[in-house]
Order: sequence, then C-alpha cells, then structure tokens
Amino acid sequence: MTTTLTEAPPPLDATAPQQKPPRRRGRWTPYWLLLPGILWLVVFFALPLVYQASTSVQTGSLEEGYQVTWHVATYWEALSEYWPQFVRSVAYAAAATVLCLLLGYPLAYLIAFRAGRWRNLIMILVIAPFFTSFLIRTLAWKTILADGGPVVEVLNTLHVLDVTSWLGWTSGDRVLATPLAVVCGLTYNFLPFMILPLYTSLERIDPRLHEASGDLYARPVTTFRRVTFPLSMPGVVSGTLLTFIPATGDYVNASLLGSTDTVMVGNVIQSQFLRVLDYPTAAALSFILMAAILAMVTFYIRKSGTEDLV
Amino acid sequence: MAFVNWLKRNLVVIAGLLTLAYLLLPNVIVTVFSFNQPKGRFNYEWQQFSTEAWKDPCGVAGLCDSLSLSLQIAFWATLGATALGTMIAFALVRYRFRARGAINSLIFLPMAMPEVVMAASLLTLFLNMGARLGFWTVLIAHIMFCLSFVVTAVKARVMSMDPRLEQAAQDLYAGPFQTFLRVTLPIAAPGIAAGALLAFALSFDDFIITNFNAGSTVTFPMFVWGSAQRGTPVQINVIGTAMFIVAVLFVLASMVIGNRRKRRTA
Repeated sequence: MTTTLTEAPPPLDATAPQQKPPRRRGRWTPYWLLLPGILWLVVFFALPLVYQASTSVQTGSLEEGYQVTWHVATYWEALSEYWPQFVRSVAYAAAATVLCLLLGYPLAYLIAFRAGRWRNLIMILVIAPFFTSFLIRTLAWKTILADGGPVVEVLNTLHVLDVTSWLGWTSGDRVLATPLAVVCGLTYNFLPFMILPLYTSLERIDPRLHEASGDLYARPVTTFRRVTFPLSMPGVVSGTLLTFIPATGDYVNASLLGSTDTVMVGNVIQSQFLRVLDYPTAAALSFILMAAILAMVTFYIRKSGTEDLV
Repeated sequence: MAFVNWLKRNLVVIAGLLTLAYLLLPNVIVTVFSFNQPKGRFNYEWQQFSTEAWKDPCGVAGLCDSLSLSLQIAFWATLGATALGTMIAFALVRYRFRARGAINSLIFLPMAMPEVVMAASLLTLFLNMGARLGFWTVLIAHIMFCLSFVVTAVKARVMSMDPRLEQAAQDLYAGPFQTFLRVTLPIAAPGIAAGALLAFALSFDDFIITNFNAGSTVTFPMFVWGSAQRGTPVQINVIGTAMFIVAVLFVLASMVIGNRRKRRTA
C-alpha cells in the first residue's frame, strides 16, 4: 500500500536496460545485508510457529510443566468444541470483505478518475483515520450504534431492523452487541486496506480505454463490466486478501461491539492464552486458523489466476 | 429528467463520498465527544459541552505514561525495522543470491498471517524461553511485524531507480561508499521514509500482538482496551483528536514542501 504513497519518478530514459545484478565484487555482500533482518524473522517469526506446533501436541499442566506427548486429540477436541466460532469468523470476515469491496470500489474509482484536483485531499482523508488509534475509533461505533440513537431510530422507522432481526443479524431494536455491529466494525476497520490496492490498480488504467470503449458503442455499464473491472482485478484480489485475512483473526471488534453470541475464533485464542492458560488448546486453535487461512488464500489466488501477485 | 441524468452520471461520486463519510464518521464522533462531560464512567452518551479534558489531558492516572511508552516503542521499532528492512530491500533488488524464493516467502508470510497467530506463537516462544514479558518482548515483536512492510516500501523505490546513475558516479571516481552515501541513499530516501512512517504508525497503533506479549506493560492501545472495560475517560478522545490533527498537519506540510520543491526544480 505504501507504493501508492511514494510516486516513482519515470526512469531517465525509457530504453534504460533492465538491470541484471552483475556484481562480481563483494560476492558476500548480499548475505551480510540479509543476515540481520532474515535472522530476526527466522527467530521471532518462523521459530515461534515451530514452538506453537510443538505446544499444540503437548500435555501437562501449568504447575507440573508440559511434555510433548503427540497428543493429537487436542486438535480434534478444539475443533469439535469451537467449530461454531470458526464458522462465525469466516462468515463475518467474508461479509466484511464483500462490504468493503462494495463500499470501497466507488471511492477508489472516484479518487482515480473523477476527483480531479481533489484527489490528494481525498487520499489524505482516506489515510488520516489511521493516525487515530483504531481502538478509539472502534469505541466510537458504540456511540454511533447506541440503543435509541439516531442511526438505530432511522433503521427502525424504515423497518430495516425488522428484516435484519428476522435474518438473525440484529436482535429486536438493538444493533449494538449483534452480528451486524461486529461486521460493521470489521468493515470499517479494514476498508482502507481495500481502497488503497484498488486505487493503485485503477489508477494504472489508461482513461483512453474508457473513451475507446464508448466510441465502440459500449454503454457505461458495459465499459465497466468488460474493461474497467477486469483491469482492476489485481487490486480486487490483493484488497480482498488484505481485508479477509486480518478480519478472520480479529477479536477487537467482536469484543467491543459484540456479545457472547458473536465470539470469534480470535477471542477464543486470546482467552485460552491469556486467561484460561490452556496453552495446548490455544496453540492448536491458532494452528488450525493459520492452516485454514493459508489453504483458503492459496485456493483463492489459484482461482483468480493472479499467482504473480505474490 | 435532467436530474435523473445528472444522478446517473454522478452515481459513483455520490457512492464514493458516502463511503468517505462512513470512514470519517468515527473521527467526527471522537472529536465531538472530546468536549463531552459524561455522567457515568463511560463516554458514549452526549451530556454537555465542556473543555475540562482538553485543559488536563494527562488527568487520568497512567494515560500519559502509556502514551510516552508507546511513542518510545514506536521510535525504536521504527529505527530497527527501517534499518534491517532497508538492508534486505537493497539485497533483494541489487544482488543475486541463493534461496531467493525462500527469503521472499519469509518476508511475505508475516503480512499474510492473521495477527493473532503471530502473537500467540511468539508468546509460546517467549514462554518456552522463560523470557520476562515487557518492553523488550514488545519491541522485538514490533520490529518483527514492521520489517516486511518496510522491505516492500523500500523495494518499490529502489526497483524504479536507474542503475546507470550509480555507474555514472563511479565513472566520476566516487568510491563505493561515497556512491552509496551521495547517490544511492538520497534517491532511495523517499521509499525509506515511507517505510519508516508506515512502521511508526503500525507499531504505535498495534494492539493484538502487544496484548499477547506485553505482560503487565501498558502501551496506549492497551490503556484504551483496559478503559473500554473499566470506563472510558474523555482524555482518550482528546489524545485521539490531537493525534489526528497532528497527523493531518504533518501530511499537509510535507505535501506543501513537496510541491514547492517540484516547482523549484521544474
């Protein structure tokens, strides 16, 4: 996303030869450059994953210590007890991702093609909320969606809440502490991660393609469907990944805006690790979450035919 | 009919502006409620206008300590991640070496992993090593997850650099060190700055990884999280609003400076 913030200057000469790293001198230089950072990632990112895998097959107690006993049943127990939270996490994250795409696309399109001299200002306004702690902003949704507040009143008068209650998204005339509130919070929190990649790929589209499409008697809708949207696919794919992955593991929105009926898998991992102190179960849950997300992401990237993106 | 046509033509603009409103509404609420005088412990309902909290932003026990701790951690994490990340980015763009694919995945994976998984696994490492949770474990974690973002930002900039500029410098009898200092580094600087800025924002605002690895150390997001349970002081909104204003001014100033420099060189 930062690539959108830093304008790359055009190369001095368009025919500049693509550099092939040819250096003979300092054959060891790249390794010295890589060493500290890669070591950091190996020790504090990769190694912990190994420790977590090992913890998940340990048994024991906090007092007597844990031993690796290859107790794989922990996985089975964790899944059978917490599968509703898993399903809920994926469902909420998927809903939030779709909402982000529907809400974010018009704004990204607006910035890329219609904003004119307002482009920079709107861009700043999209990024600026980042600089207020997201927890404070998430708490603000408690005010916005408060019982009997203007938002809830309007939705009530329009009978929207009747429909959402019937669907099980809200309960009665409350929005707060319902699935709708959690999804609303997730959508809000990850929306910029959708808008920025969308904007990056929309901005690369030559506006003359729109004109050409119009000249060939395509209506605006057809132009969008056949020209603009396919060309923005890289942005759509990376945007959906950047919203779906963090949304699945999130537990902040479910804690602050939800209730005990909206507990997500992140909440379970957090409480198992920090309150219940059942490390094997927590590690198993976290491992399942990681595996599930990696599997889904790999499948999605294959399907959308954008392997070169990664 | 004219109105319908106008609506059709500007539908995307209206939808986009509505989304923008959705994005900014919480900031408006945070700002407005920084002038509230709540009745109970929670600042969720509007009562009456007051500037009390603005006069005494540190009036809540622990708030400003947590803020200064977060700033310190963000500063050191930015420094560490930017140094390590810039080195990796240069190596990736400029050199050929073995295991490039594995290294690329190692850098990509932390960005494609839910934070809670990284947080939990890092905690198992610290527990196994018997490390004491606190400032250092948080700093280690922050450098770890900021690193990949810095690499991505710097790599993009270095890749768009013309290698012949460095060759020209060497033709003009600049040594490797001088070339790096006088040519390479200034050209890569915007990418490094963008990476550092991103690292600072990510570290300062991080909650999930900090929540797992901080022990009893309270950073600013941890303070806000705790207050959501115990009662939210108005001062939180004051700090949030002030941060927003500072950030917007900072961005505006850097844009004005950038424009002026562009005009001068043009």
